[in-house]
Amino acid sequence: MTAVSLIRNARHWRTGRPFELAFAGDTILAAGTDLVASGALARAAAAGAPAAADPLPGAIDVIDVIDAGGALLAPGLVDPHVHLRQPGQSGKETIASGTRAAAAGGFTSVLCMPNTDPVVDTPAWVEWVLARAREAGRCRVHPIAALTLGQRGGQLAELVALREAGAAAFSDDGRPVESAGMMRRALEYAAFAGLPIVCHEEDMTLRGDGQMNEGPVATRLGIPGIPSAAESVMVRRDVELVELTGGRAHFAHLSCAESLAALRDGKRRGLAVTGETCPHYWTLTDAAVGEGDTNAKMNPPLRSEYHRRAVIEAIADGTIDCFATDHAPHRAIDKDRPFDQAPFGIVGLETALALTLTHLVEPGHIDRARAIELWTEAPRRVFGLPPAELAPGFPADLVLIRPEAEWTVAPEQFHSKARNTPFAGFRLKGAVLATICAGRVTHAHPDLAPRGHRSAAALVEAAG
Amino acid sequence: MSRSALLNAPASKDAGVFRTWAGSPAEVHLLGLEGWERAAIEVLLDRAAHYRAMLRAGRVSDALRGVAVCLAFFEDSTRTRVSFELAAHRLSAMPVPLFTQGSSMSKGETLLDTLRTVVSMRVELIVVRHGSAGAVAYLAQHLDAGVINAGDGAHEHPTQGLLDLLTLRDAWHGRFEGRRIAIVGDVAHSRVARSAMFGLRAVGASVTVAGPPTLMPAGIEALGCAVAPSVEEAMRDADAVMALRIQRERMERSLIPSTGEYARVWGVNEERVALMKPDAVVLHPGPFNRDVEITSDVVDGPRSVVLSQVENGAAVRCAVLERCARARAQLRNERLQHVAPEICA
Repeated sequence: MTAVSLIRNARHWRTGRPFELAFAGDTILAAGTDLVASGALARAAAAGAPAAADPLPGAIDVIDVIDAGGALLAPGLVDPHVHLRQPGQSGKETIASGTRAAAAGGFTSVLCMPNTDPVVDTPAWVEWVLARAREAGRCRVHPIAALTLGQRGGQLAELVALREAGAAAFSDDGRPVESAGMMRRALEYAAFAGLPIVCHEEDMTLRGDGQMNEGPVATRLGIPGIPSAAESVMVRRDVELVELTGGRAHFAHLSCAESLAALRDGKRRGLAVTGETCPHYWTLTDAAVGEGDTNAKMNPPLRSEYHRRAVIEAIADGTIDCFATDHAPHRAIDKDRPFDQAPFGIVGLETALALTLTHLVEPGHIDRARAIELWTEAPRRVFGLPPAELAPGFPADLVLIRPEAEWTVAPEQFHSKARNTPFAGFRLKGAVLATICAGRVTHAHPDLAPRGHRSAAALVEAAG
Repeated sequence: MSRSALLNAPASKDAGVFRTWAGSPAEVHLLGLEGWERAAIEVLLDRAAHYRAMLRAGRVSDALRGVAVCLAFFEDSTRTRVSFELAAHRLSAMPVPLFTQGSSMSKGETLLDTLRTVVSMRVELIVVRHGSAGAVAYLAQHLDAGVINAGDGAHEHPTQGLLDLLTLRDAWHGRFEGRRIAIVGDVAHSRVARSAMFGLRAVGASVTVAGPPTLMPAGIEALGCAVAPSVEEAMRDADAVMALRIQRERMERSLIPSTGEYARVWGVNEERVALMKPDAVVLHPGPFNRDVEITSDVVDGPRSVVLSQVENGAAVRCAVLERCARARAQLRNERLQHVAPEICA
C-alpha cells in the first residue's frame, strides 16, 4: 500500500487548465486530471510499488488531500541569490528563519551566499550550512561557496573540494573581484571545477563613498552617488574575460541599462554568460529613497526610470536569464541610522512572487507562465540544478499560487527575522497558498482549506 | 514653575508675527530650506533684521530665558558654532556645547543615544552639525526636541542660506525678482550651495552654477538652476557671485589638478567681478582659501559683503533659535493642555 498525498482542484501553471497531482514521499506519483476515478493513481501506485515487500500492492492510502481551490500549481520557486546570514550573523537571519521566509514566499530551493562570518570558504563550512538547512527542513539550500579565501580576492578557495562538499557555485558576493588577473584565473579554475562564478560587479573606485544612485535625487539629498558605470564596466570586463578563458559567469543583481547591454553583447558572441535581476529593479526607482529611507538602500542601488525600463526590456527580450531576490536581511537597529551609515540590502523572499505578478505580468511585460518560469526552470538551468516538472518521478517540490489574491505588504508579519523592505504598505496581487518541499507542506496560507485524510474509495464516490 | 515666561506662555499671547511659525510640529525644527514658502522666509528675515538692530545696539534679549540649547557639532566648525553660541547667549538661553571628543560617544555610544541623554536633561533645542547628509533629519524624527541643522554632509546648511538671503536682500534693496546669482565652485560637496539654491528659488531669484565638471553633481539642473560652461559665462551680468570654498582633499581625490589651475580657471578675481552688473556683490561662506577660489583683493574689495554675511549670521541664528523655541513652547503647551488641562486653565 502506498501512502499518497493528493492535490485536487488546482490549475496547471502553464495552461491554466484543471489539474491534479499526487505524490508519495518526496516524489510525484501521478499528475493530470481525474486521477482517482480514472484509476490513474492506482495504476501509478501499483507500478511504483515493490511488489514483494508490499502486502497490498497497488492499494493506496490517501493520507492528505489538499484542496487548491482553483489555485495554480507550479514547481516550487528557486531563488538563486539569498543571504541566510549564518554562520555568524544570526541577529540578522538564521538558516531556519530564512528558509521559513523562503517557504512563505513559495520557494523550495535557495542558493545562499557565503559572505557570512566566517566566510563559507572551506568544505567544512559548506557541510555545516547543509546540515543546518537539513535540520530546518523548510527548503532545499544550495550553498554558494566563496571564490577566494575570505572573499579577499587574493587566493582561490579550494574550488574542487568545495564542489565535492556540495557547493552550487562560487562567489565573492558582497564585493567584487577587483583584480582582472585574479578573475581570469578564477574563471579558468572554476570552469575546471565545473561550476559557474556568480559575479558581484562593482568597480570600487567608481563606487567611491557612494550610497545611492547618482542622479538628481542623490544631488538633492546631498548623498554621494554611485554611477551605473560602477556596475557595467565590470560586467564588460568579465564578458571579455569569459571570452579569454572559456569560463562561465553569472552576473548577479543587474540593475542598469549598460550592464544589460554588455550581457546582451556577450550572449550574441556565444559566450557562457548569464544574468539575473531582482524585483526591486523593475518595481522601484531611486525616488523610493524619498528623504533618505534606508529600507530603499541596497547595492547596486535603485536607479532611474530609464534603467528600470531597460531592466524590464531585458526581461522581456530574454537577456535576463532568471530572477533572484538578493534577500539581504538586516537588524532594525542597523537600518535605523542616517542613510550613509546604514548597511546596504533589503529582504525579498516574501514579496518576490507578488512583485513579479503585479509589476511584470499585470502590466503585460511578460505573460504569467514566463514569469513563473523565470523563478523555476530558469534558475535551475542557470545553476544546473535537477529539473523539476509536474510529472511522475520528479521531486514533489510544489507551490500553489493564487494569482488574483490581493494583499498588503505588512513587514511585521514576515517570517524572516528582518523587516527591511521598501514595499511596506504596497498593495500586491498574487499570493502563495501553500508550499510543498520534498513532499512536506512547508508553508500553508491561513486561507488554505482544511486538509483531509480520505480513503480513495470516498474520493471516487465524491468524484462520481 | 520657574521656567521661562516664554515656555509657559500660550503662543497666542505673543506678537502676531509668530502665529505663522508656531503650531505645526515641523516648525519646531529647521532642517533645510527646501520647500519653504517665500512668505515664511521673509518673516524670518524680518525677524533677523530686528535682531541685527538689537545686536548693533549692543543689547541683549531675554526671549529665550531658561531655554537650554545644546550645540552638538560632530564636525569642525568655528563661525557657525560660535555664532549659534553667541546667539543663544544674547537671547539669554543656556547654550550647552557638546563635543565628540570627551563625550560618551568616544566610548562607543551611538549618536542617537548620546543626544537622547542630553534631551532627557530638559534641553529644548539641539543645534546639530554632522558629516552625514540626512543625519539631522534622522535625529529630528527620533528626538523630543527642536532640531536645528547647522550643516549635514553635502545636504543643507539652512542658517547659512538664510544669512545669504538676508545679505542679498540688503544688497538688492529688498527685491529678489529678476535678480540672478552665480554660484561658483565645488557644488557637489556644498551644503551651502544647496541651501542657497533652495532659498533663492523660493524668493524668486535665479541661480546659475559653474565649476569643474568633476565637482558638478549629476542632475543639478533638477534643483532649478542653470549650469554655465565657464565662470565667465556664469558671472556675466550677474547680480551677485558666491564663491564656494574648495577643500584641499579634493586634489588628493583627483577632482581638481591643483589649486593653481583651479584659481586660474574658476577663481573669482577682479577681472571676472568686472563682468557682473555694476552694483553686484561678492559672497563667500568662509573660511577663505585666499587666492584659490577667491582673490584677496576681491575678498577685501568694495564688492565684498563677506563681513555682512558674518554679522547677518548671528542675527539669523537669533531669529531661528527664537522661532524653534516658540514652536517648542507651543507644542509643550498643547501637550500640557492634553494631559493636565487644569494647569493651563
